[in-house]
Amino acid sequence: MRSLRSIFFIAVFAFSTPLLAQEGSLLDLLPEDDEPTEDFATAGFKTTRIINGQSFEMNAHGVLDFKISHRFGTVNSGAINAFGLDNALMRIGLDYGVTPWLNVGIGRSGGSVKYYDGFVKARILRQQTGKKNIPVHLLWVSDMAIDGNPVNNPELQPYLFSNRLYYTHQIIVGRKFSDGFSLQLMPSVVHRNFVPNKQTSNDVFVMGVGGRVKLTKRVALNAEYYYVLPNQLDPNVNYTNSLSIGFDIETGGHVFQLHFTNSRGMVENGFMTDTQGDWAAGDIRFGFNVSRVFTVYRPKD
Amino acid sequence: MTDTNIELNNTIYQRMKKIITLFVLSIAFGSTLLAQGKYFTRDGNISFFSETPVEDIEAHNKKATCVLDDETGTLEFAVLIKSFEFEKALMEEHFNENYMESNEYPKATFKGKILDYAGVRDSGFPPGVELKAQGTMMIHGVEKEITTTGYVTRDGENMQLKSSFVVKPEDYNIEIPNTVRDNIAKEIAVNVDAELKPLKK
Repeated sequence: MRSLRSIFFIAVFAFSTPLLAQEGSLLDLLPEDDEPTEDFATAGFKTTRIINGQSFEMNAHGVLDFKISHRFGTVNSGAINAFGLDNALMRIGLDYGVTPWLNVGIGRSGGSVKYYDGFVKARILRQQTGKKNIPVHLLWVSDMAIDGNPVNNPELQPYLFSNRLYYTHQIIVGRKFSDGFSLQLMPSVVHRNFVPNKQTSNDVFVMGVGGRVKLTKRVALNAEYYYVLPNQLDPNVNYTNSLSIGFDIETGGHVFQLHFTNSRGMVENGFMTDTQGDWAAGDIRFGFNVSRVFTVYRPKD
Repeated sequence: MTDTNIELNNTIYQRMKKIITLFVLSIAFGSTLLAQGKYFTRDGNISFFSETPVEDIEAHNKKATCVLDDETGTLEFAVLIKSFEFEKALMEEHFNENYMESNEYPKATFKGKILDYAGVRDSGFPPGVELKAQGTMMIHGVEKEITTTGYVTRDGENMQLKSSFVVKPEDYNIEIPNTVRDNIAKEIAVNVDAELKPLKK
């Protein structure tokens, strides 16, 4: 009898514990939400460029990004040139978020070399968890540059406009591994319509890698490297691979990027296939990008 | 077997029956009892406003979850920080990345009680009666005891909850650097507006 009674009490007790547990959280009473959230990996980089090249981040729909970039002369050009500060190449650019997955941009580089450029950047996959599980960002970037420099060599006259064109196509696959660390790979091909000799290929295959480590909430350390596969560039010139290291500093509406790089060009064909600076020889340049975004169009939900 | 033994066996049998019936009943109705007198929503509105001479910032969240216990006046809110929508994408990014650190602290919650709830409920929620809610607010991983005021009205089967209060970022260890100190208000106005439906299981 005793034992039956105690079983009864244990049973009642066992089934009344959920009643007590509700004091813990009323929200636990709700059934599982049948509509899981979409949790996108955001802000893997502070801005849409790592240093010279494109990052996997996009401008949001309706956002215009005004970018001003400078690359000074080489640090080893001596005190007389203020270690390169006297001689700057600059680029002014505008990027715009046409849709949530498509950005377009134009730019003009001026100084000792002159280029116009334009690009289209499309996001194919967005890293996310929740409803869908996608571990990486995947983007496509196509870029075109027009060489605006005068050609005075009489042997090359008449100089065709098509000779001035450069095309770069890139796939960016990257992942924000954590709040502090992002990494991306950028297999790329640069097509030059006009090359100086037979040993030089029109199409140049390049493998890029770039990443960032966040140092504080508002400062990150970025690095970027482009490896040009051998036997594609003019053997008469000492080309090097582009390597850049710099800091992103975010101050509310602006992102300042300060860096050292051995590349002069700020457009894909420039830094990927026309880098001649040698880090070991101090043949590097100080540079900066300033990015300021404006919301020019507010998409309706 | 003696008669007493048979009698005893019968008594045991009767009691067993009773126990089993109770047992089955408690399983069957246990979960229903839990949900009795509860109201809930998954799409409550929570918005906030920061007003400074430099810049006005506002954000809306239409996915707040809330459960109210009509028996006791106990109340709970939970909201995903990432579901706040801003007019500018960059504001939203900075809100999540720099201020709320929403990867680390994904939710803000309130657990508390509406004071003197039973009285107002029993008199049928007369309009315009301001109620007080007291409880623990958790934002950015920091818990703080707060008291706020609001209104509860009954709309047919549903319940309407409304409240406005002020949140100070510094109370919740939300760090605002000097460069944007003038852009973000010291006191953020928060509005809550939720329509709760009866919770049935």
